[in-house]
Amino acid sequence: MSIIAHEHAAESHVHRDDVGSRMGMWLFLFTELILFGGMFFLYAVYRFMHQEDFHVAAKELNTIIGTFNTALLLTSSLTMALSITAIQKRNRNLSIFFQVITIILALGFMVNKYFEWTSKIHHGIFPGSEELLAQNSGQILFFGLYYVMTGLHGLHVLIGMVLIAVMTRLTKRGVINADSYVKLEAAGLYWHLVDIIWIFLFPLFYLIT
Amino acid sequence: MSKLEEHTEQHTHSYSIYILVWLALMILTGVTVAVAGINFGTFTIATALLIASVKTYLVLSIFMHLRIEQRVFRVFVFVAFLFFLISIVLLFSDYSFL
Amino acid sequence: MSADTAIHINNNEPSYLEYRGKGTGIKSWIFSTDHKRISILYLVSLLSFFAVGVTLGFLIRLELIAPGKTIVEPQTYNSFFTLHGVIMIFLFVVPGLPAAFGNFFLPIMVGAKDVSFPRLNLLSWWLYIIGGLMAITSIFLPGGPADTGWTFYIPYSVRTGTNVIFTVFAAFVLGFSSILTGLNFITTIHRLRAPGMGWFKMPLFIWSLYSTAWIQILATPIIGITLVLIAIERIFGVGLFDPSLGGDPVLYQHLFWIYSHPAVYIMILPAMGVISEILPTFANRTIFGYKFIAFSSIGIALFGSLVWAHHMFTAGMSDTGQFIFSLLTFLVAIPSAIKVFNWVATLYKGSIDLQPPLYYALGFIFLFCIGGFTGLIQGSLAVNMQIHDTSFVVGHFHYIVFGGTGFGIFAALHYWLPKMTGRMYNLKTAKTAFWIAFIGFNVLYFPMLIMGWLGMPRRYYDYLPEFWPYHLTATIGSWILITGLAIMFVNLIKSVRKGPVVTKQNIWGGHTLEWSVPTPPPLENFEEVPVITEGPYEYKENEEAEPELQEVK
Repeated sequence: MSIIAHEHAAESHVHRDDVGSRMGMWLFLFTELILFGGMFFLYAVYRFMHQEDFHVAAKELNTIIGTFNTALLLTSSLTMALSITAIQKRNRNLSIFFQVITIILALGFMVNKYFEWTSKIHHGIFPGSEELLAQNSGQILFFGLYYVMTGLHGLHVLIGMVLIAVMTRLTKRGVINADSYVKLEAAGLYWHLVDIIWIFLFPLFYLIT
Repeated sequence: MSKLEEHTEQHTHSYSIYILVWLALMILTGVTVAVAGINFGTFTIATALLIASVKTYLVLSIFMHLRIEQRVFRVFVFVAFLFFLISIVLLFSDYSFL
Repeated sequence: MSADTAIHINNNEPSYLEYRGKGTGIKSWIFSTDHKRISILYLVSLLSFFAVGVTLGFLIRLELIAPGKTIVEPQTYNSFFTLHGVIMIFLFVVPGLPAAFGNFFLPIMVGAKDVSFPRLNLLSWWLYIIGGLMAITSIFLPGGPADTGWTFYIPYSVRTGTNVIFTVFAAFVLGFSSILTGLNFITTIHRLRAPGMGWFKMPLFIWSLYSTAWIQILATPIIGITLVLIAIERIFGVGLFDPSLGGDPVLYQHLFWIYSHPAVYIMILPAMGVISEILPTFANRTIFGYKFIAFSSIGIALFGSLVWAHHMFTAGMSDTGQFIFSLLTFLVAIPSAIKVFNWVATLYKGSIDLQPPLYYALGFIFLFCIGGFTGLIQGSLAVNMQIHDTSFVVGHFHYIVFGGTGFGIFAALHYWLPKMTGRMYNLKTAKTAFWIAFIGFNVLYFPMLIMGWLGMPRRYYDYLPEFWPYHLTATIGSWILITGLAIMFVNLIKSVRKGPVVTKQNIWGGHTLEWSVPTPPPLENFEEVPVITEGPYEYKENEEAEPELQEVK
């Protein structure tokens, strides 16, 4: 085990441990993974019980928008990773640029989601609607899961956007810099998890026709 | 190594690796969509999940730096994944049989 | 802290109790990021909520002392047992040992100055308080407190007009608090151990906290999403568990128990860790089977995550599911049994020092065994059909949770409180209180095992006259138990301000790091980072006295 390095003798009780910070973030990500995991359990069981209904219901979703959203999120993961390399290479402005692009791509995702949802609701497909309740159980369940899971995911996209915006500000102020960027790494980890969840949501909802 | 040294160690990839991985992810997405159009029955969903797993592996190991972190991080991810997997298998022991 | 509670020690460093850093008075406590102060904050809050929970238990027993109405209407009774469960589980036993004692002693026992994330630690306490206050507030909001039982089973939890949403959000917030503690502990144990402290030189309390922390991280989010889904069902009527819309209420139960069963291991593992600390100290010899106990902690965490559906054998599961979960339930008893064997072996040929912590530790072993055996009985499918949802279950889980974790907390209090406060309690009173509580405990809960076997259902407001003698006995037992607890707590609380001052570092003769720092410890725990060369329970005195055996040729 390594000896804790005291950088400032007076503040020796405040130590810096970047690996520990990342470890803490990974542990938190596991909780997010399992939170969504619970919903995936529900999806798996209900799909197993209502395979045909799920096929039919999935036809209502727009594969093109779904694919486009997937592309947006994957690209935002790229820009997030690039922003960390940039700050590490002491290129502060480039890092900020990539962080801002990430937020814009995320915003694009949310805008698409908004249009998808409003279109569905406009067509009378939402929990509790007469139109939906007239369908088979499997279809009702599909859309119940759709709204809850993409809604929960969307909430996490929003949280991620706020988190990255905070990081952008900290980078501008120099708090995040080439010698101290673990906060940006942690935000990046969070963002990549949001991406991974969508990587699974996409085929399970849009591609089972 | 001391924690001080750990801070200053190179801890990220070059730009080009990330862009290559991104390209792979986009291609894999295209493949998933194309395959979904062809109906293999139950294989379609299995293929889609398999491709999603490959994409996830790329994001985890390159974007999230799991490949260059200490080994304990990979052990952690494995444990979390194992918990998820065992839970869903046991859950299905109730649903897939009489 | 006022002058008469300030404890000064010889080497000029003030103790953590009187350290003047950020601000004065209450602000220096509720905004402190010192793990020791946070643990005291937790301790005071935990015991306050415990008092509320005990009061509710007292009222429940009072209502049940005779058939028919005694003091309250059925609706109120339903809310009583719901709140009793929610408070005891989410506000006392789950946070319990990790928050109050893990926070204090984990860093010290591994040779660190604090946990990895001191600010998250403070946030964890604040979330605990917020969740706790939300749970209490739900009592007074229109609609009244939830009456669903702490399990919130669908469909009743969706249909009842009581404050379910508020209560489940309280539980959600408390789950977050638990997650932060687990996250902090795992990182601290991996990253901040002192030089020389390899994994197998760590005290067993740390092993138990480590295993517990993993369950906190992996299992708690499941209850998080489950509670969110209850709220979503109530507000939006999505129908995910509604049979008329294709949903499956049994699936709710699966989701609920995937957390709530591992949760009981969150409750018991740290208590087992405490026992593993106390026995070597008061037997004056090293723990028997250190590695077995360490690995069994991991084993319990692992196996405990695989048995959840044994709470649902009568709910409408498939036969295959029932068989598999019953088998796994029998398996999970094995690592626990390993611990009990090792504890008993530790005492054998030890030099026993009968002090109050040992009393509670021995009480723990006895009560835990009864709780464990009654658990095995329920794991058997055929028997479970008879005793599910009867008083037998209530007796079982009180033996294991109250007799186990509860007595573990009492043991930890008697062992560590003098170290934390620098004051000693009255030893004789502590022993008397133990006996009264122990006897009361068994008079209260053993009849439940019998009447449950005979068919008395649980959560019932009224009952057939044939069960009256058991209920009467149990209620009288509750009075004896509460008397014992009251004497115990008055003794401990009085000692904090008025007990004789203790400055001795090694109060009981233990060999783990907390007994090598001043009493009470200074802010940064250690003057210099310790370098570890020995294991945690190296008692040399006894072992050296053994004569060397001669080889016979």
